[in-house]
Amino acid sequence: MTARRLDKGGRIDRSAPVDFTWDGKTLSGYAGDTLASALMANGERVLGRSFKYHRSRGIMSAGVEESGAIVTVGEGARREPNVKATVQELYGGLCASGQNSWPNVRFDLGAVSGLFSRFFAAGFYYKTFMGLPPFEWGHGTGLWMQYEKLIRKAAGMGTASREPDPDCYDHVHAFCDVLVVGSGPAGLQAALTAAQAGRDVLLVEQDFELGGDYLNDPGAEMQRLELINAVKGAGVRVMIRTTAFGLYDHGVAGLLEKVTDHLANLDPQMPRQRFWTVRAGATILATGALERSFAFENNDHPGVMTAAAARVYLNRYGILPGQKIVISTTNDSVYAAAAELAAAGADVIVADFREEAGVGLPDGVTILNGVAPLKVLGRSGVKRVDLAKHTNGSWVPAGKETCDLLLVSGGWSPVVNLSSHRGAKPVWNASQACFLPGTTSEPIFHAGSSAGIWDREDCEVAGQRAARQAIGENKKSSQPGGWKTPIRPLYEVRLPNQQTKAFVDFQHDVTGDDVRLANQEGFVSVEHLKRYTTLGMATDQGKMGNIIGLALMADALGKDIPDVGTTRFRPPYTPVAIGALAGRNVAAHFKPLRRTPLHDWNLRHGATMTEAGLWHRPWYFARNGEGIDEAYVREAATVRKSVGICDVSSLGKIAVQGPDAAEFLNRVYSNGFAKLPVGKARYGIMLRDDGMVMDDGTTWRLADTEFLTTTTTTNAGKVMVRFEELLQTRWPDLKVHVSSVSDQWAGVSIAGPKSRETIAACLEHGADISNEALPFMGVSRVTLSGGVEALIARISFSGELAYELYVQAGYGDAMMDLLWHAAETRGGCLYGLEALGTLRIEKGHVTGAELDGRVTIDDTGLGKMASTKKPFIGSSLRQRPELLREDRPQLVGIFPKDRSQRFKGGSLLCDADTVTGFGEGWVTGVTHSPALGHWIGIGYISGGAEAWKERPAVAADPVRSGNVDVEIVSPHMFDPTGERMHG
Amino acid sequence: MIRIPCPFCGTRDHSEFTYGGDGTIEYPALDAPKEDWHDAVFLRDNVCGMQLETWHHVHGCRMWLLVERDTLTHEIHSVRPAHPGLAAMFETDQEAGE
Ligand SMILES: [Zn+2]
Repeated sequence: MTARRLDKGGRIDRSAPVDFTWDGKTLSGYAGDTLASALMANGERVLGRSFKYHRSRGIMSAGVEESGAIVTVGEGARREPNVKATVQELYGGLCASGQNSWPNVRFDLGAVSGLFSRFFAAGFYYKTFMGLPPFEWGHGTGLWMQYEKLIRKAAGMGTASREPDPDCYDHVHAFCDVLVVGSGPAGLQAALTAAQAGRDVLLVEQDFELGGDYLNDPGAEMQRLELINAVKGAGVRVMIRTTAFGLYDHGVAGLLEKVTDHLANLDPQMPRQRFWTVRAGATILATGALERSFAFENNDHPGVMTAAAARVYLNRYGILPGQKIVISTTNDSVYAAAAELAAAGADVIVADFREEAGVGLPDGVTILNGVAPLKVLGRSGVKRVDLAKHTNGSWVPAGKETCDLLLVSGGWSPVVNLSSHRGAKPVWNASQACFLPGTTSEPIFHAGSSAGIWDREDCEVAGQRAARQAIGENKKSSQPGGWKTPIRPLYEVRLPNQQTKAFVDFQHDVTGDDVRLANQEGFVSVEHLKRYTTLGMATDQGKMGNIIGLALMADALGKDIPDVGTTRFRPPYTPVAIGALAGRNVAAHFKPLRRTPLHDWNLRHGATMTEAGLWHRPWYFARNGEGIDEAYVREAATVRKSVGICDVSSLGKIAVQGPDAAEFLNRVYSNGFAKLPVGKARYGIMLRDDGMVMDDGTTWRLADTEFLTTTTTTNAGKVMVRFEELLQTRWPDLKVHVSSVSDQWAGVSIAGPKSRETIAACLEHGADISNEALPFMGVSRVTLSGGVEALIARISFSGELAYELYVQAGYGDAMMDLLWHAAETRGGCLYGLEALGTLRIEKGHVTGAELDGRVTIDDTGLGKMASTKKPFIGSSLRQRPELLREDRPQLVGIFPKDRSQRFKGGSLLCDADTVTGFGEGWVTGVTHSPALGHWIGIGYISGGAEAWKERPAVAADPVRSGNVDVEIVSPHMFDPTGERMHG
Repeated sequence: MIRIPCPFCGTRDHSEFTYGGDGTIEYPALDAPKEDWHDAVFLRDNVCGMQLETWHHVHGCRMWLLVERDTLTHEIHSVRPAHPGLAAMFETDQEAGE
């Protein structure tokens, strides 16, 4: 291929030269070039190395179907592999390099004598490394892990940057009546017709210019400009550099808009790309068709490309891609290109596989009929093509032609991908030798060559008709066709019994022989063929190769193409960067951060925070260089000795109000709530329908018809949803209103022997929270000094005399200032989640780690709480025989046998004699207990503490800290009678 | 992405909703035998075609809805409030409007 830039012609701006680098060399192109056209104009032929065999590859097309010129663009954090040079716009300073090669694409050691060739026949990975499951499960897996790295190095697809993506991406939502995909003759007409009918139309085009096939025809420029003006004048919203990559349910389309990928100077205000979610009333697919090749020896050499691509390089980029050109065709579509190339000064031979071509002979073009390429010769370029003809059922050589460029048209494949996303199964049309779009009941309409319509004027009419259909007028769609002489289908040229490197899927290096090998080995389903050979699984998703592969498979099976079937296309049509999918949901925005109303106050007072679900909560409050271990032990000890204050605002809080509120709670909770007096709180456990524990918490009766229910932090949302479901779907007769008030209250727990006097010091003069006025589980309204109204409940999670105090969220800081002053003067402390855990483990109180959805109320040891006098949710199914077995794992406390030892959460509890398998139970939490002076744990074990009184147990943790002999004890490890909290 | 016409909020993306379950289940009385509860909780048809199901407009009006959806095509056939009283009000409104 001796391509050269012509002095005139094309759509490039010769007054605006653009410098860029290719493999470190500085080259020059023009504004309006793609990277591929600029490289071609600079005489660069070998632009890539193939995936498996490291064969030289050059430019094969001029669009998204490119399988040869796949390069890496950008440097450092912006390095992006697998960019198709044919769609990358050129800009000043663009830095591109070849990939899959070392040291460079022109001299690649991996390619020496096809070094890896025999390793890469179909199914090589599976046969060699994966074993034969299930009989040899795991066999070879270790080997695979080793070899995979080497193979990937030899046969890679470029390497992505390992640095964080420096760019940002946006998510945008949009609506329209009619979405038109593609701005060629059919798309522009469709958009215009729909807009003129008053519809809100969105037109998207993946190219950087509007016009589709008009752009390849200098004679159509006036028509193109007029049409674009009309479209814009009719109010159509137009987006270029925007690919509709997928269609989804209910008229939703996914678009990727490339905003800055073509710019030399990035605007920091602009996202790199935008990910659009468009909801369209109807969708018109004017997505065009892709010209395909067929298989013959060395059909992947640089200097072999599609005939349409040559026309694009000539008419858009002003390049004559070869001087001595052979055009091989099976259909009419190459004749315009042949004439234009000849007029531009090339010697052109058309080798038309049909015995007669019905299109007029262009001047200066030689025609050979009935022949097709058998083999291409030349190493890093084309030097000669050997031809063959098909007689009496087999191919025989039929002459040779010297040339520097071979253009191939094996036919056209309509882009039916998007409607296939919606389940419209493409239908094989034998007379057009292509799959046409299938039917769907959804308002999706194909127009133009994506519907197998080949003539431009027919495409324009088809666009108008599709628009009429999309807006609900009952118009017939256009019929496919338009060749003057029918296509003569051709998928492979090879002499009988000859093995060759004739490629079907260029990007994944799948050959015709691979397809036949797969068939020999029994892979007769197209889906199996695809996976076994990896045909159509590269970044182009088989845009060029799928149909050739299918045809060869059909031939091997002795079937027709439609009987072999086609695989369903899936989004995305072209690759979408992960960054675009993520949008702004990265780093701190990956998930929402929930802060309690006391967040800043906690930080000001030395809190180290930890994540608890979405919440940030104080973990511990270190003093004087303490680490976490010293800090939490001190905090827990201080609570038991004097007083501690802990932010519990993250607990879920639900206001349950209405005349039937008590009845509602009585049904929801396993224990009785109907007779809970006003001014009292009760701890409750609610079950799921299946009888397992769902959540626990306290509920305070504030008035006859008003309750405040607290939930665990984790289940706040789930419980609220459950309440709404029950009230709306199951018990609609109950007059109850529920509202989430979690964020409305700042809540704090004050625990320890000095908690009462600490709080008393913070109340308005005369307030009474004595044991008589506010007994255990009592609830009351109080006023803090300074006039802030508060709710107080005498509730203990720590086992100490303890209270929860709630004020309106905005008064949280004021409450904390008061409390902390009073607590500090009494030797108190602030405590965090870690000490909270210590205190509750000492008492054997359950949290989310214990209520993991697999336990019954009996397993937790709280079965006696469940009412026997009333039915409640789960009361029936908790009686299932398996749930009543006495050997079910039950909640226990765990001490190390040697009290100086420690063990870890997550250990399995085993019988000391059989430390194996799943064991007899598990450890849900451990802590160092300052009250007991050693490490303790909480967990579940078969049969509970009674069953293990005499039985030695082991906390097994073989991969981390090893096994520790333990004693199984009652979960109530500290103050089992509860004297302290009633005091 | 399917879209659900919420009777209270209009047509919204399904990402605003959470799927509940089979909308045809009649839950037994709380004190019904465990066999009845077993059937209601564990036995489900695997419907291919139109199915009545509950959805919760959790990031919207927080209403539970009864949605007739085709499990094969995702076509939404009808949507009404799961609360029978509210559903009846909607029907009366529609009749009055007609
Ligand atoms: Zn709603």
